Amino acid sequence: ASKRNLLFQVSAALKEGRVTPTELCQRCLSLIKSTKFLNAYINVAEETALKQAEESEQRYRRGQPLGVLDGIPVAVKDNFNTAGIETTCASNMLKGYISPYNATVVQKLLDQGAVLLGKTNLDEFAMGSGSTDGAFGPVRNPWSYSRQYKEKSVPKSPSEARECTWVIAGGSSGGSAAAVSSFTCFAALGSDTGGSTRNPAAHCGVVGLKPTYGLISRHGLIPLVNSMDVPGILTRCVDDAAVVLGSLAGHDPKDSTTVQDNFKPFELPNVIDVSKLSIGIPKEYHAPGLSSEILSLWSKAADLFKNAGAKVIEVSLPHTPYSIVCYHVLCTAEVASNMARFDGLEYGHRSAVNKSTESMYAATRREGFNDVVRGRILSGNYFLLKQNYEHYFIKAQKVRRLIASDFVKVFSSGVDVLLTPTTLREAVPYMEFIQEDNRTRSAQDDILTQAANMAGLPAINVPAALSERGLPVGLQFIGRAFQEKQLLTVAKWFEKQVKFPVIQLEEMKRHDQGVFQHQQSASFS
Amino acid sequence: AVRGSRVVWRQAWQRGAGGLGPAPRGQPAVARNARGRAQPAGKCGLAPWVPVVGLEVHAQISSNSKLFSGSQVQFSAPPNSLVSFFDASLPGTLPVLNRRCVEAAVMTGLALNCSINKKSLFDRKHYFYADLPAGYQITQQRVPIAVNGSLSYSLCIDNKMSQMVTKTVRIKQIQLEQDSGKSLHDDTRSQTLVDLNRAGVGLMEVVMEPDMCCGEEAAAAVRELQLILQTLGSSQAVMAEGQLRVDANVSVHHPGEPYGVRTEVKNINSLRFLAKAIDYEIQRQIEELENGGTILNETRAFDSKLGCTVPMRDKEGKQDYRFMPEPNLPPLILYDAKSLPANINHQQVVNIDWIHERLPDLPSVKRAKLVEHYGILPEHSFALLNEDGLTEFFEAVVKQTQMRPKKVIGWILNDLLSYLKQHSLTIKESPVSSSSLADLLNLLENKEISSTAAKQVLAELWKGEGKSPLEIVKEKKLELMQDQNQLEEICQAVIDGQENE
Repeated sequence: ASKRNLLFQVSAALKEGRVTPTELCQRCLSLIKSTKFLNAYINVAEETALKQAEESEQRYRRGQPLGVLDGIPVAVKDNFNTAGIETTCASNMLKGYISPYNATVVQKLLDQGAVLLGKTNLDEFAMGSGSTDGAFGPVRNPWSYSRQYKEKSVPKSPSEARECTWVIAGGSSGGSAAAVSSFTCFAALGSDTGGSTRNPAAHCGVVGLKPTYGLISRHGLIPLVNSMDVPGILTRCVDDAAVVLGSLAGHDPKDSTTVQDNFKPFELPNVIDVSKLSIGIPKEYHAPGLSSEILSLWSKAADLFKNAGAKVIEVSLPHTPYSIVCYHVLCTAEVASNMARFDGLEYGHRSAVNKSTESMYAATRREGFNDVVRGRILSGNYFLLKQNYEHYFIKAQKVRRLIASDFVKVFSSGVDVLLTPTTLREAVPYMEFIQEDNRTRSAQDDILTQAANMAGLPAINVPAALSERGLPVGLQFIGRAFQEKQLLTVAKWFEKQVKFPVIQLEEMKRHDQGVFQHQQSASFS
Repeated sequence: AVRGSRVVWRQAWQRGAGGLGPAPRGQPAVARNARGRAQPAGKCGLAPWVPVVGLEVHAQISSNSKLFSGSQVQFSAPPNSLVSFFDASLPGTLPVLNRRCVEAAVMTGLALNCSINKKSLFDRKHYFYADLPAGYQITQQRVPIAVNGSLSYSLCIDNKMSQMVTKTVRIKQIQLEQDSGKSLHDDTRSQTLVDLNRAGVGLMEVVMEPDMCCGEEAAAAVRELQLILQTLGSSQAVMAEGQLRVDANVSVHHPGEPYGVRTEVKNINSLRFLAKAIDYEIQRQIEELENGGTILNETRAFDSKLGCTVPMRDKEGKQDYRFMPEPNLPPLILYDAKSLPANINHQQVVNIDWIHERLPDLPSVKRAKLVEHYGILPEHSFALLNEDGLTEFFEAVVKQTQMRPKKVIGWILNDLLSYLKQHSLTIKESPVSSSSLADLLNLLENKEISSTAAKQVLAELWKGEGKSPLEIVKEKKLELMQDQNQLEEICQAVIDGQENE
């Protein structure tokens, strides 16, 4: 097996009895405890996880595991419904809300024997790019505590100064990215509406896959923008992303927007030839604010492909610059609509104000939502007003179509995969990040990832290198619709070339020598 | 009761046999001829008023499950017992379109001569209300499933069943949409209780153009629609159970002038009240205008106890429904024989032509066939169709008797039906079965009894004591005497008696 194929290796270890699902689960749970300061999890489902691990163990004992995922500890972003485990969307509105059903993707993971450790932190209702705007506080990027970052960036100073240097995890699936990055789970689900899986994956140095819209069921994912939301996959390597994708993809009768075609799970080849490929470099992704470090990394990556015989060509996606403003209109409009159900009547928070139904609604929503959510609801409703609908919503839909057709043109010209940066720069310290508001931040941070959502295309972040400050930087590949296999194959080849370093979490190592070593050896032995 | 009106009510038409209520008496109203055209008003030289009536009819689709969820549809189930996660708008749930509802709408569209849109779209209509859990209703605002149809209906003129006119109202569109739940306001405890059983049930909204001019016309049109829906089985269309709900848009204007400001009248739960509400509203608007007032574009509720319309308070503010495409449902694509792709799973598509071929006879066709086949009068065919099961009863009687259908119909419509009406029974509950009525009519037809006797026998049969007509005739000695000698003897006896005196 490939050295980077973590899930297959763990699965083999489980089959051979070198480790049991319960041991694996316990190690992860203890790591979650020792990394509590990361705030990656909102809710840890210790009891049910151990029960699931026990069931898995019995299956292994009988020699009848359900597949590669049987006994594998996973985490799920807290905007997916999980029966019996609180689902909060990091919002006061849903604090304490226990859903009666599992999202289709959660059910599929459980059906294949995965052990659900808990629910990961996010920006409230997935609205943000830092995982800093949730009701349960910000997620801390595990790399803030790595030897690599400390050596390069952190002044050898009192703890107060160090407290100010921790960097954000990116968002909105920051909890899932941090969980995977800090070895507390082997794979995690995120969601991706404008980059919410790829952005934190880039900042946390993990693989983040946003599949094609319609390939994976959204049933049970609490929506941000229905027409762009896709469940995302966060793993430590590309092969693992392919495994998880294979376990989740396919038509769901409960989601009418999933495609009817049968999906065949695939394994990625170990020997990959990129010489016949055409890699497109969209010039518009050389966006204002792109750090020179990332720019040079991007061009080095292009050279890698060139040197391997691939055709690397500059292409143009001319409508890219309009995507942010277009996204703003479409996103807020759907948000305004989707959030209308949170009125305190059927579930969730209900205000004590009860003078009238209307005053109860108003107070419930004021108390339940943060400023970011309320702001988006307000602008969305503005865009949907009769007098504004044509000027904003319809126009934005037209621009969206232009953005999507940009991609169609480029791909039909013979380009196989696009190569772009995932983020403009590496993760910034929290104290710096919160200097600007969520809206500004989201506009800046989604700029390179969002167009793929507009067009519904598959895209993946692959960790590429560490920055001068010792923080991960990732690059993004965007593929043709439903051509995940090709996209992941290219991503795997690239991953192999760059040999992204392993995070060295010394504090955690002290806390739990055993787990860390096991996981490290599993990944990189 | 009404001041300042310069026009006189002329009862220009009679209500159909559909049990429509008495005409509003003593209420002056606009004068018009049978076709609803305005008549010169007379004295003051003021042009008369032309009332304009359009309708929005919500018909609950008769289906096992709801429009977008698997919950059962059932009237008067225990509160909140038919609520799926989607119906309660639990976060993360998605709509899945019910094929049966689509077929019902296509059927209805075809029956109403609509063109069926091969591609229609769903939209969200937003407003906050306790019985609308998602905060929006999924409907078809931009491109509905069926458009540009027509509905022909008939009504009687001048009280005479024999003078029927047929009119046509254009159908603007039929759209699929979700029903809301029900709010029950408990004023004493100042609580609102919400029942979501109805939330998400499929509705067809049938929008009729303002081609009608009075309550009677509107009621006749809705009655015909109701019969069509029931024939198709696309809706049970029982108004009393809320399966058919009618909102009326009413305005008045002078001939040659643009339409007046319209009001929308809601809360109408019977055909009788529909006619009443519209006529009241027309009259109210005329008076208001003639007194120098203006008509507000408002929603009014019909108060059946007071017989008038009143402004609805909670709908006062102007609503902006902030329509938006429903992102979780792809466009609804329908096929016909031509466009049907090869190798497609027939369970997954709706084929318009297939539905068209299987449409049952519509009421108008059924009536024509009855007239042709049995030689009965057209108005009798209306009466037969107007009550569920009556046609079948009639045909069963005809089959079992030698009496001509033209005569049979009189016994059913005049005699039996009046008994039923008196006792508020439907034909299906009739204590007189079709076979005993046939036996009775055979006795009459064979001149074994007189028609007076036959009526007596019918009265006996109505008691439902299980006796056959023949037994009743014998018991009561109602036979006509056929024996010449016996008759002569009786006559002789009478004459003899006379002589003796």
